[in-house]
Amino acid sequence: MMTFIWIGLMLVVLSILGLLLRIFWGPSIPDRVIALDAFGVTLISAIALLSVLFGTGFFMEVILLIAVMSFIGTVAFSKFIEKGEIIERDRNS
Amino acid sequence: MIFFPVLAAIFVPILFRKLKSIHTGWFVLIIPITLFIYYTGFIQTTMNGGHAISSLEWIPSLDISFVSYIDGLSLLFSLLITGIGALVVLYSIFYLDKTREKLNNFYVYLLMFMTAMLGIVQSDNIITLYLFWELTSISSFLLIGYWYTRDGSRFGALKSMLITVFGGLMMLGGFVLLGIMGDTYSIRELIANASNLVGQEFFILALVLVLLGAFTKSAQFPFYIWLPDAMEAPTPVSAYLHSATMVKAGLYLVARFTPVFAVSEVWIWLVTGIGLLTLFWGAFFAVKQTDLKAILAFSTVSQLGLIMSLLGASAISYHVDAGTALFKFAGFAAVFHLINHAVFKGSLFMVAGIVDHETGTRDIRKLGGLMGVMPISFTVAFIGSMSMAGLPPFGGFLSKELFLTSTLALKDFNLFNFSTWGIIFPIVAWIASVFTFIYSFYFVFKTFAGKRKKESLSVEPKEAPVGMLIAPVILAVLVVVIFFIPNVVGDTLVNPAVVAMQAGLYSHPSEVLVHVSAWHGWTPELLMTLGIIGLGSILFLTMRKWQPLYNLQPELLSLNGLYDSLMMAGEKGMNRLSRLYMTGVFRTYLIYMFVSIVVITLATLFIKDAFKVDFNSFAPLNAYGILTAVLLILSVVMILTAKTRITAVIALGGVGYSVAFFFVIYKAPDLALTQLVIETITVVLFLLAFHRLPELKRHGESKGFRLGNFIVAAGVGITMALVALSAHSQKLIPSISQFYKDTVYSEAGGGNIVNVILVDYRGFDTLFEIAVLSIAGIGVYSMIRLKLPGKGSTDESK
Repeated sequence: MMTFIWIGLMLVVLSILGLLLRIFWGPSIPDRVIALDAFGVTLISAIALLSVLFGTGFFMEVILLIAVMSFIGTVAFSKFIEKGEIIERDRNS
Repeated sequence: MIFFPVLAAIFVPILFRKLKSIHTGWFVLIIPITLFIYYTGFIQTTMNGGHAISSLEWIPSLDISFVSYIDGLSLLFSLLITGIGALVVLYSIFYLDKTREKLNNFYVYLLMFMTAMLGIVQSDNIITLYLFWELTSISSFLLIGYWYTRDGSRFGALKSMLITVFGGLMMLGGFVLLGIMGDTYSIRELIANASNLVGQEFFILALVLVLLGAFTKSAQFPFYIWLPDAMEAPTPVSAYLHSATMVKAGLYLVARFTPVFAVSEVWIWLVTGIGLLTLFWGAFFAVKQTDLKAILAFSTVSQLGLIMSLLGASAISYHVDAGTALFKFAGFAAVFHLINHAVFKGSLFMVAGIVDHETGTRDIRKLGGLMGVMPISFTVAFIGSMSMAGLPPFGGFLSKELFLTSTLALKDFNLFNFSTWGIIFPIVAWIASVFTFIYSFYFVFKTFAGKRKKESLSVEPKEAPVGMLIAPVILAVLVVVIFFIPNVVGDTLVNPAVVAMQAGLYSHPSEVLVHVSAWHGWTPELLMTLGIIGLGSILFLTMRKWQPLYNLQPELLSLNGLYDSLMMAGEKGMNRLSRLYMTGVFRTYLIYMFVSIVVITLATLFIKDAFKVDFNSFAPLNAYGILTAVLLILSVVMILTAKTRITAVIALGGVGYSVAFFFVIYKAPDLALTQLVIETITVVLFLLAFHRLPELKRHGESKGFRLGNFIVAAGVGITMALVALSAHSQKLIPSISQFYKDTVYSEAGGGNIVNVILVDYRGFDTLFEIAVLSIAGIGVYSMIRLKLPGKGSTDESK
């Protein structure tokens, strides 16, 4: 059982490295943002696997939080790329 | 009684405002007269070898208190200060106009000065002596700069302030050393312990520092340069401070500390040598001057040098048998000439002031032939000058004879190499006396004799008012009186002072068996005086021929030129220095900081031999730890090599998430949670800020590579790594975390140890972290919202 988890962890890490290459060389900004989003997802799976390895349930909140944060981050980046601004309002009002 | 003048000074401005019809000086006049009468009461005490002492506690725990100690020396100075002070105040009443001048300022400064001077000469505690010393510097500064709208006054005031305060601070250093060596601040106890001080390590240093203070104050070579510039002060001030009192504070100091330092040959050489050099230098350059007060200033410098050299010679009496040697004369001569000088120089300054007042100029080239219109001033000037030149029948003759006797005796003194070099002293003294003779004649005859130069004077010269003449006339009468009754002055004032100065040699004033007389046979010194008169007269008559030789000396090579260029160089050099390192570029300051961190930390680490790596204490490596580290390193490299800002921000996010991952690996769920949220918010904030920044050209292309920055960065990284390794390898104290583990539930009732520490065990830290966040929030809000009117638009509008 543990062997499977180790193999899974290795695969996850490899995908993280692949994503990092994409973030690093990504020809356009959206490429990088997508890679970062996927980075978050792989991070979730890595933490889940680690929790199994450690035999602890304390990291479930972390997983949930990464999911939320990854979503917010991606949305923020997307909006930034789309509109050049994240929170729209008239500053001088 | 020391504080009487300065306390009375409080009422001066009130009197000046309320009683406009009466000259404020009349009220002030009461003070020095009262004090003078008060101090004459002590003459009987000191003549009998006694002293008066009174003290006022100030800081008893530090052994500092105002101790007023009146012995012969203090009394002599106190009488000079109050006596001449009274005459100067009387003179100033007629000199300064009550409607045009700010008399309240003048008299307040003057009374302040009087207190300070009395404090110097009566203090037994060296710390309070220093206090009063600086008070004279300050009040002298104020008095020189009395006409503060003139450039010359301000320049002179600043120069004298800088030089005398420099000396004062050196002197404080000497005093502190003395206090440490002698374990007391009391001068009398220091004198009593003098023999213990000699061998001590810092004895010579203390000696030199105290002498620096005395030399700067008493305008000795090369510190005399402030005195001629201080002549911008009103004439009563010049007469009082810069001839009779303040410049004698240094002489007082030397005389007072003679019993402490006289055993050292350095003291004798320095005091005598510098004194003679100053005597010669001042006399030589006095002939060059064309301004009346400048002549008097240089003459003061020269005469102070004379007294100083005599004080040095008197210190020799500690080394030879007092019964056989002539050096006991020197102390007497010094004190005697000090009185003489105060008297005649005061009168000469007052005459210079009268001439200035009545003709409108002090330039000697414009003056001449005033004898007919100003007979009384001429008489006073004549008496003063002849006394200065050392001619009979005036007081100066006697002290000059004593001076020549002492220098002749120096020649025969065979200790400390004096037998080889001693011959210089009488020769230098003799040449200086010739020049003294010349400038004394120059002063009086170029001003009062010869033809009237009507075209060069703006006003018709006339004799001064009677009131203005009272003070100089009194002084001139004293000059003559001293000549005829020198032994009365000697017995009442000089002998007790000499006893104070040479405390180990005499125990009672009547033992000082110096008998002054106008005629004491065909001695070598009388022949020398005749030589002075002869050569001096010849040189004076041919002065027109050789005086232009002085102009050959370039201004830059003089000591004033040196001072000016020193000030300029100091200002420029400091300016350049601060511009050199204060570049205004933040990057440079960061480099300073980082480099010093690296250097100091590494040096400490290796000098103290603290570097140590203990591999046994390390936890075993695991695969995911290595992988996360690789991730982290990759992200960091990405930040450093990023070509655009957005890449850098994304990479920074990568770093943050990797760190969060580390927290997961090392089992810190709370930290991981917080780290993730904070990281996300930070990235968003970076994005918010970055899109408002202008596109940087350099940033768009490449960051560029700088070897210096690389070295510094690598240095900091390596240093911190080494420190962390060494710190980890040497755990001296066991961790206290076991306590938290044991009590987190039983004591605090919680299961989450991190949260319990944050809000229970260490709740205070959390409170202030909350405060920090609140301040940051309010700060951001006010920076965005608050736009002060008038500052124009802020950057964001661009």
